[in-house]
Amino acid sequence: MELLKNILKRKSSREIAKDRLKILLISDRVNCSPEMMEMIKNDIAKVISKYMKIDTKSMEIQITKTSSKGRALKNPTLYANIPILDLKQ
Amino acid sequence: MSEVIVVTSGKGGVGKTTTSANVGTGLAAMGKKVLLIDTDIGLRNLDVVMGLESRIVYNLVDVVEGNCRIKQALVRDKRYPTLFLLPSAQTRDKSAVNPAQMVKMITHLRDQFDYIILDCPAGIEQGFQNAIAGADRALVVTTPEVSSIRDADRIIGLLEANEIGKIDLIINRIRFDMIKRGDMMSSDDVVDILSIPLIGLVPDDENVVIATNQGEPVVGSNTLAGEAYQNICHRVNGKEVPFIDFERGISFWTRISGIFHRS
Repeated sequence: MELLKNILKRKSSREIAKDRLKILLISDRVNCSPEMMEMIKNDIAKVISKYMKIDTKSMEIQITKTSSKGRALKNPTLYANIPILDLKQ
Repeated sequence: MSEVIVVTSGKGGVGKTTTSANVGTGLAAMGKKVLLIDTDIGLRNLDVVMGLESRIVYNLVDVVEGNCRIKQALVRDKRYPTLFLLPSAQTRDKSAVNPAQMVKMITHLRDQFDYIILDCPAGIEQGFQNAIAGADRALVVTTPEVSSIRDADRIIGLLEANEIGKIDLIINRIRFDMIKRGDMMSSDDVVDILSIPLIGLVPDDENVVIATNQGEPVVGSNTLAGEAYQNICHRVNGKEVPFIDFERGISFWTRISGIFHRS
C-alpha cells in the first residue's frame, strides 16, 4: 500500500522541470534569491494571519514582469496568491 | 511595409539558424522579398544551412567597413529569386561591428525588402546587441528543456529592456511521445513559464537534419517540421493558422515515420 502511494505520488520529470524553472526564474528575474523569496512569503503570511485565517501551505508568491494579459509591464510586480480559510477570527 | 525580425535564443544549439533559414525561405516562397543576415561574426553558419557557402564573395563586415557596396555582398538564393543572404565574416570577431553601424545598414536596406531576418549569435554580449539593434520584432527560439527556457527568459527580459515591440515564442524540438509520457514540458507549460505569445511549435523531426545535410530548407516539404515552419511563416505574415494539435501530432508522426520506415 505504501509502495503504491509512493508510485502514485511520484512527480513526472515534466512537473519537476516546471517547478524548478518557476522557482529559478523568480530569482533570475529580480536578482533575488529563493531564500529571500521564502522570507518575504513567511513575513506576508505572518502579517495577514493577524487579521484572518489563511492557508499558508498553498499560498504562492511570484515576481513577474508581465501582466495577466501577457503584456509586458514596465516594473516587476509581486503577486501574492493567499487562500483565505476563514474571514472572521 | 517592411519588417525587421531578429531570431534569438540566448542558449546555443536550439535552432536559431535553422529557424532563420526556414522562416526566410518560407516567406520568400510566399512571394515576399526577404533578406537573411547572419550576424554571428566569426562563426558563420547560415550560409552552409542555406547551401550557399560556395557563392560568398563579400560579407557583413566588408559592408560595414565600406570595402564593397551592399548589393555586391548579397548572395541570391538558389531556389527563390526574391531571397537574399548577407553572410557573416568568418575570420573576424564580434567587435568588428557595433550596434550603430547595424542600425545604419538596416535603415539603408529596409525599403528594399518585405522582411529582413537577423540570425542572432548565442549569448548576450556584443553579438546579441548588434543583432537586436535594428530589429522591430523578435522570434525567441527555445526547446522544452530547463536550460534553454531559462536563457530564453533572460533574453526576453533584455529584449523588453531594449524596447523590441513584439516578441513571439517558437518552441523547437518538441517530442510529442515524451510529452504524452510526462517526460517533457508541453507547449502550454513553456508558454505558462515564459508568458509571451506563441508563434510556432516545431516537432523534433529527423528531416531537419537530413535537409540541413543537403543545404536545403525543410519548410514547405511534406514533413512535420516542414509544415510547422510553413505555419510560422503564415503567422509572421499576419495570418491565423491553428497549431498542430497533440493527438494529431502523434498519429501524424507515427503515420509519417511508418511511411519512411517502409520505403
